[in-house]
Order: sequence, then structure tokens, then C-alpha cells
Amino acid sequence: MKHAAFLPRHALQILLDALSGEGYRVVGPRVRDGAILYEELRDVADLPAGWRDEQQPGQYRLERTDTQRSFAWAHGPQGIKPLVFRPRESLWRVHRSADGRMAFSASIPQDPPLAVIGARACDLAALELQDRHFLESIRDPSYAAHRAGLFIVAVHCTHPASTCFCVSTGDGPRAGKGFDLALSELDEGYLIEVGSERGAHIARMLPLQLSSDEQREQAEAEIAHAAALQTRQLPGTNLRDSLFANLDHPRWREVAERCLSCGNCTSVCPTCFCHAEQDLPSLDGQSAEHVRQWDSCFSEGHSTIHGIVIRAETGQRYRQWLTHKLGSWHDQYGRSGCVGCGRCITWCPVGIDLTEEARAICGPNGEGAT
Amino acid sequence: MSKPRIAVHKFSSCDGCQLAFLNAGEDLLTLGALVDIRHFLEAGFAEEGAEVDIAFVEGSISTPDEVERIRRVRANSRHLVTLGACATAGGLQALRNLDDSNEDWKQAIYAQPEFIHTLAHAEPVHAHVKVDFELWGCPVNGRQVLAAVRQLLFGVAPLDERDKVCMECKRQHAVCVMVTQGKPCMGPVTRTGCGALCPRFGRDCYACFGPAENANTAALARRLEGLGLPPVDIARRFLFINSQAPAFREEGLRHYPPGFADD
Amino acid sequence: MNPYLPREAEIVERIQETPTVFTLRLRLTDGQPYGFEAGQFNMLYLHGVGEVPISIVAGGEADGLLTHTIRAVGRVTRGMMALRAGERIGLRGPFGRGWPLAAAEGREVVVVTGGLGCAPSVSIIHHILRHRERYGRLTILQGVKHADDLIWRTQYEAWSRQPEVRVLLVADVASPGWQGAVGRVTALFDRIELDAAHAIAMLCGPEGMMLASAAALEQLGLAAGDIYLSMERNMQCAVGHCGHCQFGARFVCRDGPVFAWPDIRDLLGVRGF
Repeated sequence: MKHAAFLPRHALQILLDALSGEGYRVVGPRVRDGAILYEELRDVADLPAGWRDEQQPGQYRLERTDTQRSFAWAHGPQGIKPLVFRPRESLWRVHRSADGRMAFSASIPQDPPLAVIGARACDLAALELQDRHFLESIRDPSYAAHRAGLFIVAVHCTHPASTCFCVSTGDGPRAGKGFDLALSELDEGYLIEVGSERGAHIARMLPLQLSSDEQREQAEAEIAHAAALQTRQLPGTNLRDSLFANLDHPRWREVAERCLSCGNCTSVCPTCFCHAEQDLPSLDGQSAEHVRQWDSCFSEGHSTIHGIVIRAETGQRYRQWLTHKLGSWHDQYGRSGCVGCGRCITWCPVGIDLTEEARAICGPNGEGAT
Repeated sequence: MSKPRIAVHKFSSCDGCQLAFLNAGEDLLTLGALVDIRHFLEAGFAEEGAEVDIAFVEGSISTPDEVERIRRVRANSRHLVTLGACATAGGLQALRNLDDSNEDWKQAIYAQPEFIHTLAHAEPVHAHVKVDFELWGCPVNGRQVLAAVRQLLFGVAPLDERDKVCMECKRQHAVCVMVTQGKPCMGPVTRTGCGALCPRFGRDCYACFGPAENANTAALARRLEGLGLPPVDIARRFLFINSQAPAFREEGLRHYPPGFADD
Repeated sequence: MNPYLPREAEIVERIQETPTVFTLRLRLTDGQPYGFEAGQFNMLYLHGVGEVPISIVAGGEADGLLTHTIRAVGRVTRGMMALRAGERIGLRGPFGRGWPLAAAEGREVVVVTGGLGCAPSVSIIHHILRHRERYGRLTILQGVKHADDLIWRTQYEAWSRQPEVRVLLVADVASPGWQGAVGRVTALFDRIELDAAHAIAMLCGPEGMMLASAAALEQLGLAAGDIYLSMERNMQCAVGHCGHCQFGARFVCRDGPVFAWPDIRDLLGVRGF
């Protein structure tokens, strides 16, 4: 934060306008239906100023506070994931002519590039993981198209929820990398760090001032305070061996008593990448659209193979989720698939806590069954 | 090649599910060009005994006449597809199956109850004849019905949408009404197919599409209890529309207090 | 290159093998070259219905046709069974890692298959017979549930007449005229002699059968790393993106479907994986 510049609070609108002027469709946090969601954002007045989220396992409530700050909250159900790995998206279309010939055409997204305001450190870490999944081995054309244009304005987290544990996964609360611009919100405005050439280009359009030592110290102190506030944590750092050594642990059956296998956890998880493909033919049968949509390892269809459901039981599905998320991600992508955002805890209708389940199965330090 | 023949038969129901066809707009014209509609009273086609390739059946089996008629429909149809909650799981009228109140209701409602010939229980179609595919919902919707028609015309089984409503909520960015408002939403145990219609408008799902696969009804019932719902309301959540679907029936009856029907 | 976009293929020939098993011989209509390795698979697309992963039985031979043998078990495959010669489908591939052809050179090869597991292994048998001089003795152990399930009887007979080829057939349930053994495929291991130090095994079929066979082969002295298995899981994207086929850390579509036994032995047979 040594080189952060200062942007007065009233000048944030200039940032939105600059991004729009450069051709970005700007999305940012707004209050809708009792939660903070990323929606189209044109006016800083629509930011959730004075709102705070109170999160508990299975519970999310927005509360009014007396602050004028716009980012004094943790997060809503979405990360950046829905912007790049869309919940439902066409992959290709086919047209069949009267003589039976088929013509296939790829559906490559043509929408304008997005700029997202308010991304959190956990979501940047998740985006990096999704990049590796969708771009590294075999390039996913749709993801690549959305990702290429994405401009990220991160905001360092100062108000974690009770369900957050990004400190224990090493992913927050400071947004360390992967942004174009990063903001620290102070009462009087924002400290701005530049993270990319594109970010520098936009920053040059802003009425930036020199920041003071006090402002930088204040911003650092707030991030440090956010880290200190977190009480939840995952045991250990690499739970793979201990999870795979406990595939018969009775806890899988116990959690299955509570788990609804509804897929809310995987849907809000910013790193979960599973999706199902489906054909949507026109009624006349001449053409069809081949789409993909978010799927979940908690669904029956996820493991169905010619009529056999490999994971018919909830306990097996929960085990698949946890052994993958906290275990085999290490083999696949060199780190845990969990970035500590805690969304799976908050948005689980029955409040199942992944950190608690991991502790029950792996022991308090990840050393194995207790 | 002659066009596939279809029929839409009505049994004990409100007729609402047939509107999935009648409200289809332009698609109805397309459908008319693809198939030969032989029987569909609400649309003016009346040939009840016609042999067809696909018969859609709306309504539950609630009278002795209907028991006979559904057998004839089955005999005349290559594929039989139920259309909606009544035909698939008994519907609202199957609430009378929960106790022996059928006679009492008849006496209370009709001026001349001696002309009313109903069975003690309203039953889903599959209780009487083999069903090839079931379309859930109260009511079904056009997308769902026409997708099934299209797959049958392709000569394959329709896609059985058995996932939970929650997954569709999240795809549509509908904010969870249970987590944010404590509403007694049935989404976690209910089949998708509606497009998460109610939660998208801030309303809790009332399970009109019936049980999803692997529905953990007991866990949801405990959660509803935790939200402050008394047992009678928990029973109602499960029994309301699809009381004859086993998963909902069993969970509902677990919370069904004595004298419930007298409320 | 868009990994999701199918190419058009015309059905040149269609063979009904059994009441539920059929073979499609396909010609890609775009005229572009197509190459594959034995053990890989294609995604076949039925118009308006969807895609299914199907292993490649043969292709690239004199007539240039791609051969797929398919069992009608799901929506898409049942629909495909109604297709006739001249009709068209979509095809993309090949995907995955096939059999260890290079590692097998100069060695005795044991092919163990069960049920329609024979489809993925036929490609390796074809390859070995076409390049007979590169490989040692070939032993084919084929098990079926019911003797009537065995397809390609004449092909097995033809193979058995080739030099240095042994074919042993076994059925759980025999039928009149059955020449093979009765029982499980593992029962055949007592009947074969094997130069275990110089042999390599390729297994394909139900997981229980592969588990038992891998154990029996290890008993016969084969090194675990010389035993290869072809896995099946739900595969939709075929490029390791959709997540369905994950088997522990492995994506069966991309890292498999053929795996060395030590790579998957920890999880194979664990219910729910």
C-alpha cells in the first residue's frame, strides 16, 4: 500500500464513468431482496452504503448501520464466478436441414467486457483457481471470452462475516494480486492501488491525490483488524491425506442426516466448476441449442452412468464434495479448493459448517481421525 | 408418413394443466403442424376412443367411471404421460385420503349427495395403469410440457428433471428466502422444473412439483420446526399439493396431529 | 479449436449385434483427417437429444470408417438404436488416454474383458494383430453374464486361429451349444500360463471383474504397474471441465479412461467413488 493514491469519496463516480467510457459494462454490489448482489451499477448512490451483513450458519441478514461507507460488509451469495463461469450458457447450436444434414456452429459470447467493483480477496483467489481449471489444460472458449475482458476493482475486506475464514486458507482479507485496481475504503474516501497496465490506464483518468501516512496506516490497521476478527478456521493446511484415510468415518453418515443434498453450497462456492450439458431442441425439431448449466456433486445426475447412480446416498455426495474441495484439489491444482469465504456455511439452509465437518473427520490439526 | 396422434384426457382436476397447451401461443401452431390432435375437449377435439401415440392425462382417478375410463385410455395409447400434480400424485383432492372424511364432505357440500359417486380415495394415475412418463407440477408449464412432447416425437424418453429447486434458484440468482428471511421454503426437497418461480418473486416454494430425488424431508422438517412452524403447519407444507407422493406423504403424516382434519 | 463443437458424421452401415447392442460405422462428412489411439473415445451426438461417450472400436482402416459398438441403455443410446444408414449424427473426439501401446511392444499381452467391455479392447486386439511382429503372445479372456450376450463370436473364432493367439471364453450362465467355460472370468487365470515378468495386461469391463482380475494377475506375478484398466464414469464435456467423471484427483475423461492399476487402486471398489 506504499504507493497508494487517495481518491475522495465523492470522486468514486468518476471511476464508474471512466470504466463505462472505456466500453465496460460495470457491475457492482447492490442491495436486492435482502442480500448484496453484483448487479449493473451506474450510480455510486446505488452502492450498499450504510448496510452490513450479519451472517451465521444458515442465516444472512442485512442490517442498517450509521456508517457512510459503501463496502462495510463481507459479501453476498455470489463471487466473481457467475460473471465468467455463467450459470447457464449456450455452447453451440445445430441446424438440421430437410435432407438430414447437420450444421454445427459455436456460440461464442459477444457481450461487452465487464468491470466488477468490490471484488474480495477470497473471490480473487477463487478466480485464479477457476482460471487454472478452465484455461490451463484445455481452453474453454466461453470462459475465456468472459475472462479476457474482465476488469477487476477489488476492495480489501474490513468487515468479515462470522462465517469467514480466509485467514486460515491464506487468501485474505487483503487482496494481494489478480486485480486491476484495489481500494481501501476510509471514511473520507479510498486508497487506490494499481495492479495492472489496464488499471493504470483507468487510474490516470481519476482526480487522485497523494495519500497521507495516517491514511495508509489506518487502512492497514483495518485489514489487520479484519483478520483478527475471524474465529473460524480449517484444520491444518493440506487435508488430503487425512480425508482419504477416513473414507469410512462415521461422520459422513452423521452429516448425511442433516444434509439436504440441495446443492446450495456448491452453487455459492466460488471455486466449484461442475456443470451439466443439455440439449434444448426447438419444438419443430429442426434446430437445437446445446447448453451447459451449473451442476452439483450433490445431484443424482452428477454420478449417473447408464442407469446406475454411483453416489446414491447423501453421505457419499458430501464425502465427494469435501474430499475434492479440501483434498484432491491439491493434486489437481496444487492447493486446496477452499478460499475461506464461508458462503457454503451461510447459504446452507440447515447451516452445515464445512470447517466443523473437516475438524470432526480430520482432527483439530488435520492429523487424522480422533 | 402420417403425423403422430395425440390426445389430452381430463379426469378429476381443475383443467389448469391443459392450459400449458392452450396458452402456448405460436408453439401451439407449430405443434398443430407436427401432430394430429385427436382428442382434446378444451380445444374442441372430441374423439375419446381414438387410438393415439401419446395420451396426456390430467387429473386424478376419483370416481368409479374414471377407473374404467383410464383403462380404456391406456389400451388406446402407445405412450401415456401424466399432466400435473393431480394425475401424478393425487393433487389437492387427495387430501381427502388422509382420513375418512369423504362422506362428510359430500354431505356438507352437495344439495343432493346421493347423485355424487366418488371413490373414498383420489388416486394418481399410476395406481391404476402403467404410466410412461410423469410431468409434475401444479400446474405444469409450457416449457416443461413441450420439451417432453419434443423428446417423445424424437422417439426418446423425456428428460426427467429431478434436481432440487435450490439449484435453479442459484442459477437464476434468486436470493434464498429461507436463509435471508427465515421463510419455510420447500425448495430443498422439491423438484425443479418451475424455473424457481416462487422464490424469484420472494415467495417460499410450496412444493407443487413434488419430491426431488433423494429428498431429505426429515432434515427439512427439523429446520421448519426450528423456524417456529408448529407440527400442523409442517404437515401442511408436505401434504398440500402432492400428498400421495410417498416421500411427502410419510413426512407429512409424521407431523399430522390427531384432529388435524377438523381444523 | 473449440473442444465442444461436434463434426457431422454419416452412418454408412448399421449392424444389429444383439437386441440391445448395435454397431454404427461412420464417415466424417467434412473430409478432414481423423486419428485416434486404441482405447480412446468419441462423444456421439443424437440430434436434439444429447451426447454420449462411446469407445472407438476401430477406425482409420482401409475404408476410413469409424466403428462404434453401442449398448442401448439410456435416453441417447436408445434413441440412437433407431438410426438407419444414411442418417447423420454429431461426433467429437478422440478424447482421453488410450492403451499403453508403446509399453506393450515386445511383450506378451493379456486382454481381459467382461460384458460389452470388449468394445474398448477390440481396438487393442486389432492393433496387435495388424502389427503382429511387434508383440508377443496374445491371450484374450472374455467373460459374459449369459452365453447369449457374447457378440462377435465369429470374430473371436477368427482371432483364435491367428498365430500366437489364445482366446478363452467364459459365461456365468451357459446356453445350448456353448463351447466356452462356465463361471467367472477370474476362473480362467488358472488355465493360462504366463511369462509374468514379460507380460502386460489390459482390463476392461465391470469394476468388480477388473478388481478381481487385477488381484489374480498380481498373484500370477504381474507387476501392478503392468496392469492397465479402462474406466467408465459420467462424462459430458470430455475435456476435464464438467467435473462429473472425477475419480479422486483424476478426470477419467482426460487422465483416462485407461489407467495404470497403481494410479487408481486406492479408490477402485470404494462405494461412492
